[in-house]
Amino acid sequence: MMLLVTSGVAPYLAQAESILDVGETFIIPLLLKLVFVLGLFFVVPLVAGYLEHKVMGRMQHRRGPVEAGPFGTLQLVADGIKFIQKEDLIPSAADKWVFAIAPGVALVPAMLVFLVLPLGPGVFALDLELGLFYVLAASSVSVLGVLMGGWASANKFSLFGGLRAGGQLIAYELPLILAAIAVAVQAGTLSLVGIVEAQAEFMLFGSGINLWYVIPQVLGFAIFFVAALAELSRPPFDMPIGDSELVFGYMTEYSGIKYAMYMLTEYAGMVTMSGLMVVLYLGGWQLLPGVPMPGCEGAGGLFDCDAVGTLLSVVVTFGKILALVFVMVWLRVAYPRLREDQLQRIAWLVMVPLALLNLAVVTIAKVVY
Amino acid sequence: MAPSAPPGVGLLKGLGVTIKHLFQRPSTLMYPYERDELAPRTRGVIALMDENCTVCMLCSRECPDWCIYIESHKETVPPAKEGGRARTRNVLDRFAIDFSLCMYCGICIEVCPFDALWWSPEFEYSEYHMDGLLHEKEKLREWADTVPPPPPLEEGAVPPAEVSDAIAKVEKERELAAAKALEAKQAAAAPEKPAGDGAKKAQAAEPEVHVKAGEIDQETFDRLIAEGKSERMARSKAKAAYVKKEKARLKAEAEAAGAGQAEAAAPAAAPKAAEVTVEAGEIDQETFDRLIAEGKPERMARAKAKAAYVKKEKARLRAEAESDTGEGTGADEPAEVPSELGASPEAAEEALEARKLGDVQVEGAGEIDQEVFDQLIAEGKSERIARAKAKAAWVKKRKQAMLDEEDGA
Repeated sequence: MMLLVTSGVAPYLAQAESILDVGETFIIPLLLKLVFVLGLFFVVPLVAGYLEHKVMGRMQHRRGPVEAGPFGTLQLVADGIKFIQKEDLIPSAADKWVFAIAPGVALVPAMLVFLVLPLGPGVFALDLELGLFYVLAASSVSVLGVLMGGWASANKFSLFGGLRAGGQLIAYELPLILAAIAVAVQAGTLSLVGIVEAQAEFMLFGSGINLWYVIPQVLGFAIFFVAALAELSRPPFDMPIGDSELVFGYMTEYSGIKYAMYMLTEYAGMVTMSGLMVVLYLGGWQLLPGVPMPGCEGAGGLFDCDAVGTLLSVVVTFGKILALVFVMVWLRVAYPRLREDQLQRIAWLVMVPLALLNLAVVTIAKVVY
Repeated sequence: MAPSAPPGVGLLKGLGVTIKHLFQRPSTLMYPYERDELAPRTRGVIALMDENCTVCMLCSRECPDWCIYIESHKETVPPAKEGGRARTRNVLDRFAIDFSLCMYCGICIEVCPFDALWWSPEFEYSEYHMDGLLHEKEKLREWADTVPPPPPLEEGAVPPAEVSDAIAKVEKERELAAAKALEAKQAAAAPEKPAGDGAKKAQAAEPEVHVKAGEIDQETFDRLIAEGKSERMARSKAKAAYVKKEKARLKAEAEAAGAGQAEAAAPAAAPKAAEVTVEAGEIDQETFDRLIAEGKPERMARAKAKAAYVKKEKARLRAEAESDTGEGTGADEPAEVPSELGASPEAAEEALEARKLGDVQVEGAGEIDQEVFDQLIAEGKSERIARAKAKAAWVKKRKQAMLDEEDGA
C-alpha cells in the first residue's frame, strides 16, 4: 500500500519534505517510514488505552491497572499477549473468509491514517496534497470491516450491531466531512501540513493576533468532535456495541487476536481522530497561538526546525492528542448511551444543518475577506 | 434535567461530577497487600468444634443442600459408680462439609444445640478443583480456632445467664449463711439460759436477743444502699454486721472480765457467727486474677472471686474454732458446758435445714390419710387420684408432726 502511494500516486505528492527522506536510495526512506507508521500504530493507541483505563478508574473511584508493569503501564501489552494465546473461535454457521478478513478490513484504514498525520515539522511519513481527503476516505473504509464482521458472524446480535454501525457511520460521516470542508475552505488547502501552516499564519481580521481555527470555527470543532465520537462508536454513541442490549454488537462472536484487532482499531481511531482535530483546529504542533517554536524558522515560526524544535513539536502534538483522548474518556464516563432513534435524529436534524450553516458562514467570510 | 434549567446545564453537571472524582482518592483496598477489618459476624466459613458434637445429626438433616456428611459409631462407657448402668455414647468418626454445595445459609449453625458449629471469618480457601472444597473435621476444627470472641455487650445490657446465675448463687449463699448464723446464735443463747448461772452469760445473751429484734448496723446499711444493693439484702447484711460488732464487743468485755466459763462460751459461739461476717466487698484476689487471665469477663471473675473468698474465710474460721474448742476442753474446765454449746447450735442448724428443705424422713410408704381419701371419693374423684392425694396428705401431716416434735424439744 505504501509502495502504491509513494510511487503510483506521484502527482499528489506534496511540497513539504519528510525528515525520513534521507539519502538518495528508495529503500531506506521506505523502511524508515514503515517503521515510523507501524511504530505509531502499535504504541500510541496503547498509550491512549492506558490513559482510558486509568482515567476511567479514577473517575469511578478505582485505581485502574496497577499490577502489570510500573503503575500498570504494561496492562494492554499483557492483554495483547493474552489475546494472541486465546483460541481463535469461528462460529460454524459463519461465512469463514469474510469473518476472518473483517477485522483486518477495519484495522488497515486506521493504520493508513497515520501515514499523513503530521506530528511536527517534517515528522510525518508523507505530506499528500489531498491529505484531508485521503484521511476521510481511508477512515470511511473501516465501516466496511464492521459491516462484514456483523454479517459474517451469523448471529443476530452481531448483525444488529453491524447494521447499527453502518447506519451510524454513514449518518455522522456527513457532518464530519462538512466540518472538515469548512477548515479546508478557510485554509485554502487539503494538505494537513498546509493547514497547520495556514493556521499559524491566520490573523484575526485586520489585526496581528494569531488565532487557531478553533476560535472562528468553534461550531465546526464541536460538530467534528461529536461526529468523531460517533464515528468511533465511543460512548455515548456506542449503540453498535451496546453491551447491555446487543451482547457486544458486531464483536460478539470474535475472540482472541481478531477481537484484539477490533479493539486496536478503536484505540487507533481515537488517536487519529484526535490527531486530525489537533491539525484542523488546534494549530498542529504550535504551543500557543502566535508563539513560535524555539529553534524553528519559516512560516509562523513552525518550520525548518533543529532537533530540539522538532522534538518539542512532537511533544506538543502528543500532549494535545492525549488531552483530546482524555476528553473522549471523560465523556464516556459521564454520559449514558443514547437511544438508536435519538442518535439518528441528532445526526440528521441537528448536526447536518449546523454543519451546513458553519460551512456557509465560513465560505461567505472567506469570499468577503 | 430540571425543566427550568437551561439546556446543557445537566450535561455540564455530569462532567463536573466526574472530573471532581478524578482527583479524589480511590477507595480501592489493595487486597492481597492490605486487608480489611472484617465484621465480627462475617460468614466466611463454617467451623466445627468437634469436642462439642454429640452426633445428633440436626445440622445434617436441616442442611438445605445436604452438604454435611456425618459418620459415627456407638461406644459403651463403663458405669461411673460401682454397680451403675453402663451407658452408650456416640463417637464422631467423620464430619465433612462440602463447600462446593454449601450456600452459606447458616442453618446448621443455628440449629446446633451444643455450640459445635460456628461462623469463622476465614474466606481464603478457594481451590482449583471442586473436590478440594470438601473439608473434613480436622480442617473444620482448625477454623474453629479463628472464630472471634463475641462482641462485648452494650452498655446497660442484661448480663448473660451464667454470670447473673453465679452472682445470684453467691448472694443466696451469703443470705443463707446469715440466716443460719442467727439461728445458731439463738440456739447458742437458748441452752445457755437454763444452764446459766453467771450474770455475764445473761449479759452475753442479751444483746443477741436484741439483735434479733431488728437492730442493724446503720453504717453498713448505708454503704450497701449506696453501692446499689437491694434494700432487703442491705438490711440482712447490716444485721449481720451488727451481730459481728456486738460479738466483738462482748468478747472484749468477757476477756476483760476474765471469767473462765464466759470465756469458753464466747469463742465457741464466735466462730460460727464469723461465717456470716465476711465483708461484702471482699474478694479473693488470687482467684480474681486467675479468672481475668483466663479471659473471663470482669463481672463473672468478681462474683467467683467473692465466692472463693467466702469459702476460704469459712474454712479458716472453722479451723480456728476447732483449735479453740480443743484448747477449751484441754483446759480442764467443766466439760459439760462447752460440749453442750458446741453441739446444740449444730443440732439447731440441722433442724433448720430440715425445715427448710422439707426433707423429713417418713416411714410407711403405703399409708394414706383415710379422711382425705373418703372426702375425695365423695367428691367424685377417681380412686387412683384420691389414693395419691391421700398419700400425699398423710406424708404432709406426718412431716408436720415430726417438725412440731422437734420444735417442742
